[in-house]
Amino acid sequence: MDALPILTIPDDRLKQPSEPVTEFDDRLRQFIGQLESTRQQGPGAVGIAAPQVGHFRRIAIVDCSATRKPVPNHGNLVLINPEITHWEGYEIGREGCLSVPDYTGNVIRATRIRLKAQDVQGEEQEYEMEGYEARAAQHEIDHLDGILFIDRVVSRRTDLFKRKVYR
Amino acid sequence: MNNNWYMLTLTGEDQPGIVARVTQALFDRGLNLGEASMLRLGGNFTIMMMVSGELDARTLESGLADVARSLNLSLHIDPMQGGLHRHVPPNFMVRVSGADKAGIVAKVTGVLAEAGFNILDLESDVAGRAEQPVYIMQIAGIASVPLETLEDALKALRSEGIDVNISPVETLVG
Repeated sequence: MDALPILTIPDDRLKQPSEPVTEFDDRLRQFIGQLESTRQQGPGAVGIAAPQVGHFRRIAIVDCSATRKPVPNHGNLVLINPEITHWEGYEIGREGCLSVPDYTGNVIRATRIRLKAQDVQGEEQEYEMEGYEARAAQHEIDHLDGILFIDRVVSRRTDLFKRKVYR
Repeated sequence: MNNNWYMLTLTGEDQPGIVARVTQALFDRGLNLGEASMLRLGGNFTIMMMVSGELDARTLESGLADVARSLNLSLHIDPMQGGLHRHVPPNFMVRVSGADKAGIVAKVTGVLAEAGFNILDLESDVAGRAEQPVYIMQIAGIASVPLETLEDALKALRSEGIDVNISPVETLVG
């Protein structure tokens, strides 16, 4: 399947919040197939969100099953109308984006999240995620709200230290 | 757009308005800015900045002389090779801290260099108190050897009282 064209900054449409999905039909499944092909053709992308291809619906794909070093993950996840219900901890990590070519930066994200989302059939699912996969989900859900990681980049001087935990 | 890039270096005592006035002077002369690093070091403000434009180095220098003089900044201009869009994302981050002692930077970076580690970005600071300074440094870089090799190489430094750790950086693309 052909990759869809990806919107890149400074395209203002990337700032547009996306609408919930209401119809779980063949058209939705076909779009998700195209979105997944686009992700796979984006070099090294562990996630993609529908607005990145100009489709302003609350759909994201996260797949951390093929990272260079294995990380805890739920395989290939299609997240429809996702909602984070719980956040815990925070950590800094480096991010890039298919919509922001030739730039990477450090972003603070929650270490562990719980999230609710519907699957392709429209069934409610709940996931607990940590670390890299949780970061990917937060990055993609931001896209659905019109937020890019460059809106959240922290200065290297701000905090790159792993804070030691004193008990 | 002209592809001739110059590296501009400006340093002087810190005060509000340096960036605004320098960049306004560049804009007024039709120059374009590229990548830049601007930060305060020891009460001085330092700027290293790529600029490109139609001017030659001499005209550029005389064009900026006034603003540099009025802000008490020393100005240096080098024609440079290279250009934009040459970023290399780091795959390792090294953090160092310890009592400030002679040679700490040379030792750490020497060990890294020997392992083929290329430094992309190094920030160092002296914290603590004047009578008990603490050296703190973060190095982002790229190396093709495994983490374990770098760990082993850095291990020897720990016995010398240098607190050094290294972690992989996996850039998330989404």
